[in-house]
Amino acid sequence: MHTPQDSSEFNPSDETVQQAVRQSLQRYEGQKGNLLPVLHAVQHELGYIPSSAVPLLAQALQLSRAEIHGVISFYAHFRDQPAGAVVLEVCRAESCQAMGSDALAQHASQRLGCEFHATTPNGAATLEPVYCLGLCAQSPAVMINGRPHARMTPEKLDRLLQAEGV
Amino acid sequence: MDAAITLFVPKDSAAIAVGADDVASAIAREAASRGLSVDIVRNGSRGLLWLETLVEVETPQGRVAYGPVEPADVPGLFDAGWLQGKPHTLAHGLTEEIPYLKNQERLTFARVGITDPLSLTDYRAHEGFKGLEAALAMAPAAIVDQVVDSGLRGRGGAAFPTGIKWKTVLAAEADQKYIVCNADEGDSGTFSDRMLMEGDPYALIEGMAIAGLAVQATYGYIYVRSEYPYAIAALEAAIACARDAGWLGASIRGSGRAFDLEVRCAAGAYICGEETSLLESLEGKRALVRAKPPLPAVKGLFGKPTVINNVISLASVPIILARGAAFYRDFGMGRSRGTLPFQLAGNLRHGGLVEKAFGLTLRELLYDFGGGSASGKPLRAVQVGGPLGAYLPESQWGVPLDYEAYVGISAMVGHGGLVAFDETVDMAKMAEYAMEFCAIESCGKCTPCRIGAVRGAEVIDKIRHNEQREAQVVLLRDLCDTMLAGSLCALGGMTPYPVLSALEHFPEDFGLPAHQPASTQAA
Repeated sequence: MHTPQDSSEFNPSDETVQQAVRQSLQRYEGQKGNLLPVLHAVQHELGYIPSSAVPLLAQALQLSRAEIHGVISFYAHFRDQPAGAVVLEVCRAESCQAMGSDALAQHASQRLGCEFHATTPNGAATLEPVYCLGLCAQSPAVMINGRPHARMTPEKLDRLLQAEGV
Repeated sequence: MDAAITLFVPKDSAAIAVGADDVASAIAREAASRGLSVDIVRNGSRGLLWLETLVEVETPQGRVAYGPVEPADVPGLFDAGWLQGKPHTLAHGLTEEIPYLKNQERLTFARVGITDPLSLTDYRAHEGFKGLEAALAMAPAAIVDQVVDSGLRGRGGAAFPTGIKWKTVLAAEADQKYIVCNADEGDSGTFSDRMLMEGDPYALIEGMAIAGLAVQATYGYIYVRSEYPYAIAALEAAIACARDAGWLGASIRGSGRAFDLEVRCAAGAYICGEETSLLESLEGKRALVRAKPPLPAVKGLFGKPTVINNVISLASVPIILARGAAFYRDFGMGRSRGTLPFQLAGNLRHGGLVEKAFGLTLRELLYDFGGGSASGKPLRAVQVGGPLGAYLPESQWGVPLDYEAYVGISAMVGHGGLVAFDETVDMAKMAEYAMEFCAIESCGKCTPCRIGAVRGAEVIDKIRHNEQREAQVVLLRDLCDTMLAGSLCALGGMTPYPVLSALEHFPEDFGLPAHQPASTQAA
């Protein structure tokens, strides 16, 4: 996934948004029920789905803006705000809880200085909960920028975050 | 120079998550620096997940296992002569002889960990496409009959007979029908779908193609959760290869019968594991659960008759067609036929995947395979079947894993995932979490689930903090009753299972009097 590196990318120009929407629509043109793939493509390109993309998508797909917004807000994966350069997802589900993920989650929150569902003030990292990464035999597990890491400890997590510059 | 020696380094997420990519590069580097010729195959995982990264070396005697291997271990392994299968502290002898693997009955996972997941040559060399070839020579109704006769039931959790579902779709008249694979494996403690898709994607593709031939559907979708990027990549690559080789497309292997499919990426909503909600999502909508009837088999995706099955159900079909219904049906007990890939998770020493025929007990899985707790403390509770499954106390660990036997103890086998907890677990907290999870993931369509889960978490919080405890317990039971009976789907309808089982079996964690030991109760 593309994550913005400098401030100009956090507020993509109308032209950039239009282009991302156009390309995403083109890629899935003619496929039935293609809204989710299109939204994934827009988010992949811009790092999130800016509100200015909603009317463009609505017009092209013959849906109301409310319907597009409704879909974006329903799914946890879609963001309507940019994420930090590093996205840390900590599994909060049962198997990881059985192996101490509550303490790991608390450590992550303290280490980054931000709560879950939030981005650090400097935009360096976003902390998200995730409900199962399918690595339950090696709990606890986390994902950093889409890459899975299992048998996690607070110390290992610190090293991984440090390697990412956080 | 000698012929290259083959090493297998898994590329399953579970291996990558503990450094398999670094191990593979370390091996390549070390071999090059020693002037040795090695061929590194990135296979699926054998499912002995506590040993990942599990590297295997091909020797004349068979594949020899080393694990868990860290990049730093690699030079020492070369020094010890691992390319000749020689001993080392990380060596486990021949992989096939490791009891954890040897004592399994691998039907659906027969190839996983053995083959290169994307090699069609490997796939065919291990019985691949035999089922589809058989199906191409059969009439649709005959294929359906094989699946009915095999006794295969939905492996996603609901355990509905797969063949009966197919029969309904075959009988439905329509200009278009669909095969949908539910790969939204969101339950904690489950990873068999992921391992199958990453380790043997052609098995799922073959199963879906057979389903297409059986019900006369020409198009399929695999709906995979976005938390599984490696599974999505494996499936997309495999579909492209299968299409190029003529196993998918307008005329499968020149038979004149068509089937093609695509992968759809989900977007982080647990509810999409519920079949009607998944269909809504595939149609590009908010994933609100649909009321049934109509059943998806009659009016499913885009209003058309649709087979919707779990990954393991579909991936079990090829072997049924290849070896016959009777072969599969001979495994298992009662009305639970065949095998289930159990997933050992949570606080266990030897977590991993164990495919066995139905009928073994939790105790065998926890101790004979799982090796007891990872923490070394006594095990106390096991949640079977995901976040909507019951918590079972030790007194129930001897019940055979069989769909009906589990219903008999108000539990469910579900997708075969089990999460073990040691004695440090607070079961009242787990009950509260079950309600919180339901509140987070509720689609919001029906009131018992949307409001009930929020109130449920509040009530359990009060119980935990001794605010009118006795009265709140009455309220909680009443609320669970409403959710059980009044919810539209399994999320609201089954969240009471973990809650009530925790309350029933571990009352002391809720500040209630503990059960009397059985010996004093008898009097």
